[in-house]
Amino acid sequence: MSISREEVAKVALLARLQLSDDELDTMTEQLSRIVGYVEQLSEPDTDQVEPMAHAMDIANVFAPDEVRPSLDRAEALASAPHHDGQCYRVPAVLGEA
Amino acid sequence: MSAISLTATQQLERLESGQLASVELTQAYLDRIKEVDGQVGAFLRVDAEAALATAAKIDEQRASGKPLGRLAGLPVSVKDVLCMHGEMTTCGSKILENFRSPYDATAIARLKAADAVLIGRTNMDEFAMGGSTENSAFHCTHNPWNLDCSPGGSSGGAAACVAASMAPLSVGTDTGGSIRQPAAFCGVTGMKPTYGRVSRYGLVAFASSLDQVGPLARTAADAALLLEVLAGHDPNDSTSADVPVPRYAETIAKPLQGLRIGLAGEHFSEGLSAETESALREAVRVFESLGGKVHDISLPHSKYGIATYYIIAPSEASSNLARYDGVHYGYRTDEQQLIAELSAERKQLTEADDPHTLDRLDTTLVRMYRKTRSEGFGPEVKRRIMLGTYALSAGYYDAYYLKALKVRRLIHNDFVEAFKQVDVILGPTSPVPAFKLGEKLQDPLSMYLVDLYTVSANLAGIPGISIPCGQSPEGLPIGLQLQAPAFEEERLLRASHMFQQATDWHQKVPEIS
Amino acid sequence: MSNPYQIIIGLEVHVQLATESKLFCRCATTFGAEPNTQTCPLCIGMPGTLPVMNRRAFELSLRTAVALNCDIPRFTKWDRKQYHYPDLPKGYQISQFDLPMSSGGYLEIRDPQGQFETKRVGIIRAHLEEDAGKSTHDEKTGKADSRIDLNRTGTPLLEIVSEPDLRSPEEAKVYLTELKLLLTYLGVSDCNMQEGSLRVDANVNLHIDTPEGTIATPIVEVKNMNSFRAVERALAYDAKRQYDEWQQTGQKLGDVPKQTRGWDDEAGVSRPQRSKEESSDYRYLPDPDLLPVTVTENEVEDVRASLGELPAALRERLITDFGLSPYNAGVLVNQGRELIDYYLTVAKVSGDAKTACNWVTQDVLRVLRKRDYTILQFVEKTGIDADWLAALIENVRNKKLTKDQAQQAFDAMTGHVVVSVVQPLGLKDSVEVVIEKLGLKQVDETELLALCQELLDKNPKIVSDLRGGKHQAVGALIGQAKQRNANVDPGRVREICLNLIQQ
Repeated sequence: MSISREEVAKVALLARLQLSDDELDTMTEQLSRIVGYVEQLSEPDTDQVEPMAHAMDIANVFAPDEVRPSLDRAEALASAPHHDGQCYRVPAVLGEA
Repeated sequence: MSAISLTATQQLERLESGQLASVELTQAYLDRIKEVDGQVGAFLRVDAEAALATAAKIDEQRASGKPLGRLAGLPVSVKDVLCMHGEMTTCGSKILENFRSPYDATAIARLKAADAVLIGRTNMDEFAMGGSTENSAFHCTHNPWNLDCSPGGSSGGAAACVAASMAPLSVGTDTGGSIRQPAAFCGVTGMKPTYGRVSRYGLVAFASSLDQVGPLARTAADAALLLEVLAGHDPNDSTSADVPVPRYAETIAKPLQGLRIGLAGEHFSEGLSAETESALREAVRVFESLGGKVHDISLPHSKYGIATYYIIAPSEASSNLARYDGVHYGYRTDEQQLIAELSAERKQLTEADDPHTLDRLDTTLVRMYRKTRSEGFGPEVKRRIMLGTYALSAGYYDAYYLKALKVRRLIHNDFVEAFKQVDVILGPTSPVPAFKLGEKLQDPLSMYLVDLYTVSANLAGIPGISIPCGQSPEGLPIGLQLQAPAFEEERLLRASHMFQQATDWHQKVPEIS
Repeated sequence: MSNPYQIIIGLEVHVQLATESKLFCRCATTFGAEPNTQTCPLCIGMPGTLPVMNRRAFELSLRTAVALNCDIPRFTKWDRKQYHYPDLPKGYQISQFDLPMSSGGYLEIRDPQGQFETKRVGIIRAHLEEDAGKSTHDEKTGKADSRIDLNRTGTPLLEIVSEPDLRSPEEAKVYLTELKLLLTYLGVSDCNMQEGSLRVDANVNLHIDTPEGTIATPIVEVKNMNSFRAVERALAYDAKRQYDEWQQTGQKLGDVPKQTRGWDDEAGVSRPQRSKEESSDYRYLPDPDLLPVTVTENEVEDVRASLGELPAALRERLITDFGLSPYNAGVLVNQGRELIDYYLTVAKVSGDAKTACNWVTQDVLRVLRKRDYTILQFVEKTGIDADWLAALIENVRNKKLTKDQAQQAFDAMTGHVVVSVVQPLGLKDSVEVVIEKLGLKQVDETELLALCQELLDKNPKIVSDLRGGKHQAVGALIGQAKQRNANVDPGRVREICLNLIQQ
């Protein structure tokens, strides 16, 4: 199966990646090849098979509702590319004025 | 004889008996790193000062008779994918170049509590994605046996640093073979424990349902020592198993009587190189001479391993890596440049009178995300994010992701059946010995296929170990893989130890020139 | 109904669960803390962190789901809902997609004004998820960026989705009121809308009768409604707006994608919300870091047994067993668990449910409203606990006090009426002590008879007026009687005087 360039461009937006025209070409070709290989998954009959999302068969793991100290704010913000000492700062979430 | 040519187990005995000081041992490794790592490139960072300070403190404590941890004074290197408080953790990626962790990974905390001397952080494929360590954003690592060859990956730095005697013990991670394959390529012992055996807390996630932390060392006995420290239940990881941890290093010398060894036809089919096959056949004879009984088994769905893995792992990865967006930590694109770029595009579209495209132009925020991620991630990471995003997107979920989860169950069930007849499964770790650097870079799929024999253990959650069992005519190491049922690491270690008592492949060391 | 259309409303309610710590980490959930002071590596989404589920949050969700008559599946799991936003640091929200922890329940609502029949509003599902942080954008400063506070990130939310069963803005408000009441009875949330503990989104469209049959208009999602009153107004507004739009465009359900509008309460209008996003594709996947939860039938039964009496059952009991009017039963129950507990104690100790109801619904509630007290504050500030009020009622029943005197005692304790007394009242004073201090003594019947006879003898003019049928003239006699003895019961004085004249 091949994937179209438009589809790859759409996926790039969903994934928040920006691909140049060249990268888009390469990506389209490589993804098509990989997806083509993966097509073999349609071979085995899995109608009665439970999906396996975890590699272990346990459930019900909880922690008690007990507050533990939070990070010091300076430490929380220390690795942020842009902050004002109180909050993280990012380009306007509302988009262009 | 230099201390660094001893095994970790021997070094520990000497440290404990006072014949060897940790400062002396640590300095010997630091000297060795200085001597050869310029050529090998196993390390991303070495903190000589901190390592020597820790070593000195441990020596002092030992002298004053204070109780010490299990690894007291032994140098250990750690893959740059485990968070360490106050330290950088880059995952071999530009996007985390400036990230300093405000907490310790559980594996790190356990090493610290065991009084290990953490000497440095090893190189890796970016976010552990790759099988050659060429995908590191910083530099590639060379195979100590042949510097033109890849050390394997993604824990290539870890395997190379043990092979080149730059550390006696090294901590790696394995999502689809990332400990076992480089261990095979570099001629060392490497184990992926059972999923849930070692806490993933603080391990920067690649594919959460597959990732495991594990030991690399020269011998199975050394790996046992390190695993004993790493393993155990952790309430900070919901997927950590609450199963008692045996004293691996103490039980390792007990031979396994009448070991039932399974050979799967699927492991000896096309794609397996002749030199690997003959090394494996010879290894089987060694086990038989030690009382092992060979049984033919079948793992009929193992051929779907790569396809299953390359849907599940990228899907989880696309989700796990969504957080790297330049908002809360890590790399962010230059904002001035970003704004200039967008306004130029806007101007161009306005002049071209293209309201449709103009309307769909990224907002500043969306473009900030896209540029940050495109500049911060390398090509392999982008490829897997794209693949995973595609597989999870509307309309494809059932055909790819859900189908892969079901085939995963079939692969798991194959092992359940097989282990009704045998104690361990013996097969190749990799179809080929180390390949040349650059050889597979342009062909991602051929690189993925190298994982053929290792991904199934991750998908099924079972433990696997790779130990050296031969050499190619070119003098490159060949590894064999043993797999066992979940939580039977002890069996793998004891079987490997039996083999290493009867062979000397694990004692061979490369001459670096 | 005069409208040429039927309004179809479904509500999505997000309730913040009353836990101490967040859903997947142990940071505090306290409201109003300084920005970014309640965060840790996990809720900042730092690499390597792993979620561990808060047991209490799951228990509270289960309680709610059982109380909403939902089916509780034996197996439930957690999924990642993926989208990029700066207040969502992991790039995904942990939520529940295809196997929620509950589904298929209902909430019964009744209208105290009797404008609509008692009805069951279907609950499609209730599921547990984590909250996002807050982004603020100060347009006034002209700065081109937004500020992100992650304190709220990871707070446990229960999302309760109703069927589109509501047929008017009023019904929607009653549903929300009843839901909030239930949640506060269960103790699962404080439901404080101002602090965002309860948030409502509405899906609304119209069914319009036309000569060609009934047609449905496109569904609109209305957001940003910050009070139940705002919900009512917004729905009424949007119904009318949709009708106008339909008349202009003729657009039917399916013609256009679902629109999202934000309600501006000050302006009284809803406005379309910008969504420049690519069509939402959330790429759900089971969260590999979190294990499923299994619930047994026994566990569900244990939860059911522990719920206590819920509002609907309580109202029913007050009407059938206590003989209260539906209206009064509603007033009492709707005040919440603490007040109903107070009432039930007064009724039980005094043995007079109806009189207890009168005191609580009239006198106690009057003070609560005037002083903006909760019932617990009322007890603390006035000393009138349930036993005290019950004792007061008993004193009236035993004719130790008149209703009037009891009222005086109550008012004096609540400070409603300033009384000058020799000894100041204390919060711990029993009814007897208060009677003593206020000098409230029921007058002896013989004494009262003598007093009335004396007053009649002294006021021949009034007597002749009374005999002439001017009954209001008795007021002057009551006034004189009260001057002579403040404790006389005015009703008794009136009764005795009229009796004496007729003899």
